[in-house]
Amino acid sequence: MWTFLHKLGSPRHFYRISGRLLPWLTWITVLLMAAGLYGGLVGAPPDYQQGESYRIIFIHVPSAWMSLFVYMVMAAAGAVGLIWHIKLADVMAAASAPLGASFTFLALVTGSLWGKPMWGTYWVWDARLTSELVLLFLYFGVMGLHAAIDDKRTASRAAAVLALVGAVNIPIIHYSVEWWSTLHQGPTVTKIDAPSIHLSMLVPLLTMALAFKLYYVTVLLMRARSEVLERERASAWVQELARGT
Amino acid sequence: MTQAHEAPAQRPAPESLLAAAGLTCFRGDRLLFRDLSLSVNAGQALEVRGPNGCGKTTLLRILCGLTLPEDGTIRWRGRVLRSHDPDYLRELRYIGHSDGVKLALSPRENLAIAVALDSGADEAELEAALACLDLADFMDVPCRTLSAGQRRRVGLARLTLGGARLWLLDEPFTALDRSGIEAVRALIEAHLDGDGCAVLTSHQPINLDAGRSASIDLAS
Amino acid sequence: MTSHGLGHAFLSLLRRDLLLAVRNRGELVNPLLFYVIVATLFPLGVTSDPETLATMAAGVLWIAALLATLLSLDSLFRSDFDDGSLELIMLSPYPSTLLVLAKVVAHWMVTGLPLLLATPLLAVLMAVPDDARATLWLTLALGTPVLSLVGAIGVALTVGLRRGGALLSLLVLPLYVPVLIFGANAVAASAAGLPVTGQLYMLSALLVLALSLAPVAAAAALRISID
Repeated sequence: MWTFLHKLGSPRHFYRISGRLLPWLTWITVLLMAAGLYGGLVGAPPDYQQGESYRIIFIHVPSAWMSLFVYMVMAAAGAVGLIWHIKLADVMAAASAPLGASFTFLALVTGSLWGKPMWGTYWVWDARLTSELVLLFLYFGVMGLHAAIDDKRTASRAAAVLALVGAVNIPIIHYSVEWWSTLHQGPTVTKIDAPSIHLSMLVPLLTMALAFKLYYVTVLLMRARSEVLERERASAWVQELARGT
Repeated sequence: MTQAHEAPAQRPAPESLLAAAGLTCFRGDRLLFRDLSLSVNAGQALEVRGPNGCGKTTLLRILCGLTLPEDGTIRWRGRVLRSHDPDYLRELRYIGHSDGVKLALSPRENLAIAVALDSGADEAELEAALACLDLADFMDVPCRTLSAGQRRRVGLARLTLGGARLWLLDEPFTALDRSGIEAVRALIEAHLDGDGCAVLTSHQPINLDAGRSASIDLAS
Repeated sequence: MTSHGLGHAFLSLLRRDLLLAVRNRGELVNPLLFYVIVATLFPLGVTSDPETLATMAAGVLWIAALLATLLSLDSLFRSDFDDGSLELIMLSPYPSTLLVLAKVVAHWMVTGLPLLLATPLLAVLMAVPDDARATLWLTLALGTPVLSLVGAIGVALTVGLRRGGALLSLLVLPLYVPVLIFGANAVAASAAGLPVTGQLYMLSALLVLALSLAPVAAAAALRISID
């Protein structure tokens, strides 16, 4: 058991195993994404209130879910790297940050695009969008800290501390922003109420959520592989790979 | 490659105080040293030799816990050290490249702070430590007005306070004049006489008694 | 050899930082001046109409305090990092968490406290209604320590960087959002005659959380920065 876990944490074994998994993961992701998009864009009926324009939730909501999920994964990986000095955890945290930021950005853009037909304007300061914006800044902070420190291992440790501080703060920020937005009686329709959503819309939504998760894992593995190659470039196995053996 | 030349112990059963094994360290991409081992006994000084950039400072920083090594363990009195071990830190004095001296404060005030953080000592002991290093006439002027060598002496003054057994000295003679070097050498000798131990680096010859110093060379 | 213990170490470090601040008196007043100037820019840039000023006052004063604290944060660890004193502090056998707390307390006394003292004056300039002034002062009294504590984490992470200043703002300002929301809103609510106990409780909770966790994070970050 311990040897298995130890192997899992070794960058070299990770590189090999992920190389084998990646083609499968890519195909499953593509298929799920296609199924979800078809179900959401074609299969589901138009909303009785918003017509066709509501369909952007099939991208917006999974992105928002992923933006939070990836941050928590990044903070957890950072904690593992910080406490147990496992290099692969540092790699995962570093590779996750831009992915999470992209999901957050996507959530913001789709939320804003949805706003135009809904409220007539591209931006409103409602709780959800404002929280996402602050989350984007938190991601930028982690990415900025990573980039500012030359030594990768020190950079990962510092970014891990920051990610953990951010993770503690996220619930506080969410709550305070939500409280603040209720004072202004703004529209809160970016929130999907679970009981009132119809099954024909729920299924594509959950499919897309799963597809996004798999997309994250697939792209994470790809980024982690190149991150591993860069960090371990001085080691023997990477030199061999580079030489083409 | 590292080579340890250990001189035969002069007194019966020397107590092995500091022992490190398997130390590996990278600085960015560069491997500084791999699988380095060393051992220091009571009453012994270990001199770390090597050209610029070979990792002497990094080794000292690893020994006091400021820098994390890639791999390896350090033992103090036989006990494996975890990070920030208060008992170890209490017995340790580290002199790095920087003096650790606040320019707006006087030598007495600087020393009082250093001592409060490390252990405790009273007024008379502070004054004695400063006098030992020829700072008796400068105890209460701001360090801003002192020369680089004098500031170095202020930083070194805390070595003798608090009864630390291990001295980690990185280029202690920097900026000192001949009398300063002699004074510090005398302090080190007295420390070793009192069963303390030291690890030091220096570009100048240290010239301690042959029986009590060993050396390792980091040149690879 | 007399051994004085943790309390002595804490107080000595606190006293040292205060002494250093007093001896570098010229720099003491900068964050305070910044606070006052930024607050006066708003009537100049927006409107001097007392009614409109009164509605913005809470937010403006809070943001000015926030930015003034941010400006002053660099001095928290910079000089110690540069002259090697920070290593002495981290090599102390006493818990670095508490030593870092001593430094942050000193920093707040030197930057946050003057802001508090200047606030009544600025409340008059910004036409804050009488009943809201006490609330303004109270929210700043609770909030500025949080700003110093959370800011200390950011400075601890960036002290080793060459140009850490801009990055520091990016790291710290999102973390300041909850304090700003509750603090500014409490003043606005108080001006409208609404109860503010909820907001004050939240600010107190944030203060307690920051007091317990921020020094731990800052000490860990310092250890990483001096590696």
